[in-house]
Amino acid sequence: MRVRNIAALLFLTFCLCTGLIANAHAQSFEEALAGFTTDEYSDTDKAITELAASGNPRAADIIGALQDGRLYFNTDAKKVYIKDKSDVPQDAATGTPASGVSADDLSPVRLNNRLRRTVDAALGGLTLLSNDPGRRFDAAQSVFKSREESALSALDTAIGKETDPRIKRALMEARAAILASKTDAAENVRLGAIETIRARGDQDALGLLSGIAAASEGPLRNAAQAGIGAIQAKLALWNNLQNVWYGLSLGSVLLLAAIGLAITFGVMGIINMAHGEMVMIGAYTTFVVQEYIRSHNPALFGMSLFIAIPLAFVVTGIIGIAIERSIIRFLYGRPLETLLATFGLSLILQQAVRTIFGANNREVGAPAFMSGTFDFGGLAITYGRMWIIAFAIIVFIALQLVLRLTPFGLRMRAVTQNRRMASAMGIDTNRIDALAFGLGSGIAGMAGVALSQIDNVSPNLGQSYIIDSFMVVVFGGVGNLWGTLVAAMTLGVANKFLEPFAGAVLGKIVLLIFIILFIQKRPRGLFALKGRAVEA
Amino acid sequence: MSQLLTRVDRRAHIAILLLIAIAVLVPVLALATPPRSLFHLPPYLVALFGKYLCFALLAVALDLVWGYCGILSLGHGAFFALGGYCMGMYLMRQIGTRGVYADPILPDFMVFLNMKALPVTWWGFNHFPYALLMIVLVPGVLAFAFGWFAFRSRVTGVYLSIITQAMTYALLLAFFRNDMGFGGNNGLTDFKDILGFNVQSDATRAALFAITAIVLAATLLIAQLIVTSKFGKVLIAIRDAESRTRFIGYRVENYKLAVFTLSAVLAGIAGALYVPQVGIINPSEFAPTNSIEAVIWVAIGGRGTLVGGALGAVLVNWGKTYFTGALPEYWLFALGLLFILVTLFLPQGIVGLVSRRRTIPEAPRGGDVEEGKVDSADVPAAAR
Repeated sequence: MRVRNIAALLFLTFCLCTGLIANAHAQSFEEALAGFTTDEYSDTDKAITELAASGNPRAADIIGALQDGRLYFNTDAKKVYIKDKSDVPQDAATGTPASGVSADDLSPVRLNNRLRRTVDAALGGLTLLSNDPGRRFDAAQSVFKSREESALSALDTAIGKETDPRIKRALMEARAAILASKTDAAENVRLGAIETIRARGDQDALGLLSGIAAASEGPLRNAAQAGIGAIQAKLALWNNLQNVWYGLSLGSVLLLAAIGLAITFGVMGIINMAHGEMVMIGAYTTFVVQEYIRSHNPALFGMSLFIAIPLAFVVTGIIGIAIERSIIRFLYGRPLETLLATFGLSLILQQAVRTIFGANNREVGAPAFMSGTFDFGGLAITYGRMWIIAFAIIVFIALQLVLRLTPFGLRMRAVTQNRRMASAMGIDTNRIDALAFGLGSGIAGMAGVALSQIDNVSPNLGQSYIIDSFMVVVFGGVGNLWGTLVAAMTLGVANKFLEPFAGAVLGKIVLLIFIILFIQKRPRGLFALKGRAVEA
Repeated sequence: MSQLLTRVDRRAHIAILLLIAIAVLVPVLALATPPRSLFHLPPYLVALFGKYLCFALLAVALDLVWGYCGILSLGHGAFFALGGYCMGMYLMRQIGTRGVYADPILPDFMVFLNMKALPVTWWGFNHFPYALLMIVLVPGVLAFAFGWFAFRSRVTGVYLSIITQAMTYALLLAFFRNDMGFGGNNGLTDFKDILGFNVQSDATRAALFAITAIVLAATLLIAQLIVTSKFGKVLIAIRDAESRTRFIGYRVENYKLAVFTLSAVLAGIAGALYVPQVGIINPSEFAPTNSIEAVIWVAIGGRGTLVGGALGAVLVNWGKTYFTGALPEYWLFALGLLFILVTLFLPQGIVGLVSRRRTIPEAPRGGDVEEGKVDSADVPAAAR
């Protein structure tokens, strides 16, 4: 029974194909054009297909005009015209302006929804042979989606000529899409086509295979369902990877915001509630730099971030040193008072920025290298986020190097480990305190430059990060930069994985509660200091 | 009785008598005097000062834990807001069919959000005694659970401050959500009456003011008795030398838990008195800034003096009302400067300044300085 069915199908296919080819060769370009003049949908349909198959260079223009509703005909003269942008009719066959044609004698070639699909497919087939690789690729994709059988011959020609492997694969996939959903094609052809689609493995392929699985039975259905399973597993994997990526991106933002705090709070033990305002001032520094560049030297705009980063470090570093010298040094050993005084300071800084720059969000532009996306496997990666991750890592490494390799880092570690001994060894501890606080503040300023690229630059910018930053530092373990790194990344990734289940706000609440409980269990954080330092 | 009263110091005596006096005088001046009289109090002032007294009650609650036990809570605004929400829920249920959608049971926002039935959390809030119970229980239970975990695992000092701040922040985010069933962003408002009296009427406002003043006076009295009792002495010992108190044999965490829970309940009562007087409660009451502002009231008034906290709350909020009206730009500058100047130059607050002139300094300095560290007070924490 099945063998007879297949034989019948094959025979039918053969007849259809030969019929089409014969038709295409028999009809000339002019005869195809004449099909538009009868005002019958069936004739128009035929005309479009024939025109597309004729290989005439005018075909794409004519069908394009039809799609835009600019194709007109005159019943008496049996001629077809294209109206250009200024409504001047041109002879469709030659593309030259048609003289002596009154617009009143012309009627538009009408389209219905079925014809529009034919038009799309015909245009797809025509652009498959375009010289522009980008257009060829787009055409292959649109054929994949439309699955118009009439494009099959054009696809075969295009596959034969194609040299670019990426476009060739897209063409093969488009061909497979047509064949797989073609109910009259041979079973092994369709099975092969399903394999090709399965290898494509994206959302479109999934939709196509679901359609096939629903409409067929036997081995075809099995193959389609196996394909669906494989694609879904692959998509789920990529989806997880995408979540990890988003999580790392969020984690890098947290790291940037928290790492300065890891110095001032974690290493020096100063509760600086104005830390968020340092981030905010860094973001406003970027704004000022960009405004200056816009008005003085627009060509430098691409460099604006590279100018803003050191400038923000210097500006916020100096502010930090000023704060340490004028307020914090009087409050060492009284952490709760430090907390209150720096909170007051954060109010003043916020209001100062609000008075100078206004309460509204300020526009900070993204240079060219920060904008756009690229695909990496199944991941969509934005350049901005990628550079921010890179920047966070660079800042982290640079900070580690400063602490480990420079004389300043050595002195700073000495002072934090044993202040009196360090002082006895001749280290000016007051100066080291001021510089270390300046360093932490400066890093916050650089974080502000990065955050200005992804967040609203407003006087409240810092407030939204301060609690998160404290959470990261406390979670990671006070006095431990590696702990801060791990904590930031863990919280970032956990947040992104919780979001699909719990929603953005609830996910955040869950994490806050988790950290609150975690601190109860391990009051000194993930990577607690051991030994005598714990008794601090 | 007279023995108990000797434990109430002069400051508290004056404050309590003053509060009882205004509890009587203000309603009289507001209601019984003709509007054109020199002594007449306009109703808006009654509501305004009623609000200040609620903040004063919150400040006294905070001073009890911070000033006497050294627990700097940056989350007391959460307990205040929870008490307020409990009262707000009672007031919402009293609206009944007078709402825009005239639903006899569901408040307007629930009809608007297409909720079909009253959530379990709202059950019983149409009864005033139940609402009163919840005003005490909700903040109390939260504080007890939170404190149970925190004090048992010896989370102290700055760490405790930060996680209390995280707690109020988490509640802020939660109450902003519509599906929590507490009115989301808009909160609860448009109240009609309380126990059958119109909340907008001058007489109700005067009565609420009087109640607030009496509650504040009673709280001051009770708090004064607590801090002068044996229990209070242990609290002060914990503030000044926690480890030493533990070594002597006291269960420090139990004392801390008790005073923290009591303080949260007082904060909840303050919030419950606050809501009918201002006519709205929304999630912004949970904002971490509100809690920190309450800390500065205590710091300015004088930490560890009880009366100072109340005084600071009234003064700072009066200043806030004046500044935001006259010079809105400069209020935050002024508040910020207050924070810095008070911590740098006025560690005992206004009350401390006054009593220092009278006698020798009595209160000990910063409670977070633990034993063995006093001689190295200029050393950063992590360095020791």
